[in-house]
Amino acid sequence: MLTCKEFLNEVSDYLDEGIDAELKAKLEKHITECPNCWVIFDTMKKTIQIYKGMNPYPIPADVEARLMRALEKKMAAKGD
Amino acid sequence: MPASSQAGIDESTLVAQSREGNTSAFAELVRRYEGKIFRLAQHVTQNREDAEDVLQETFMKAYEHLDQFQGNSKFYTWIVRIAVNQALMKLRRKKTGKTVSLDETIDTGEDTVVREIAAWDENPEQRFSREEMGEILDSAIQSLEPPYRSVFVLRDIEELSTEETADALGLSIPAVKSRLLRARLQLREKLTRQFKRKGEDAFAYL
Repeated sequence: MLTCKEFLNEVSDYLDEGIDAELKAKLEKHITECPNCWVIFDTMKKTIQIYKGMNPYPIPADVEARLMRALEKKMAAKGD
Repeated sequence: MPASSQAGIDESTLVAQSREGNTSAFAELVRRYEGKIFRLAQHVTQNREDAEDVLQETFMKAYEHLDQFQGNSKFYTWIVRIAVNQALMKLRRKKTGKTVSLDETIDTGEDTVVREIAAWDENPEQRFSREEMGEILDSAIQSLEPPYRSVFVLRDIEELSTEETADALGLSIPAVKSRLLRARLQLREKLTRQFKRKGEDAFAYL
């Protein structure tokens, strides 16, 4: 039987499916028996999902314009 | 630079063309990644002006050192590494006396403390406007220490693999995994304070 601390040490890898079958079975058994660890597992999964779903804010037009101007200058200098 | 007809060309071709001095091929590479690099720079530096500097420096350096790009990693991973280095240099310059390094020793033993254990609302997104949501997520990331923040941003926001993240940050794979675990635990903790299911203490965070 895994302790909660052992579960917590593996929970991130478990969510990434980066663990072997034997350990996976132990972790799955632990969350069916430990409501607290289940909540941690579930809310960590939601944390990751919510960040992955975050839309990248488009680059502001003025920032892009300055970047392109700086690069054009550099390219022109290199081309000389 | 006008929008080009190169949008469909694959990355390695664009890199090869850029190396031969084709500036519009390089401009296309910039267009593909500028948004991601700017976001990454904002997350690491936590400052828009610094992020803009990092963005420019990253692509300037990439252009200058294109001949050093080996092609055994992805172009994106290569520029991410440049961007992370530039961003960390900014942080170091700001915190005189206190070095910020990705290599700083981190206590990986006892800080997996979990205080908040509460189920979330089914759809926390519905309780907050898009702007509020963005602020909650950003400020939670900003509260992480830089070594954790960088790993989290690359793995869970930019969606690089563990190997690519290790490569971009010059870390070992176990170091990436352990920092990611700490980052995710800390963020989960912070978001739980905002998103936990309404109950007696629903407004405790106000």
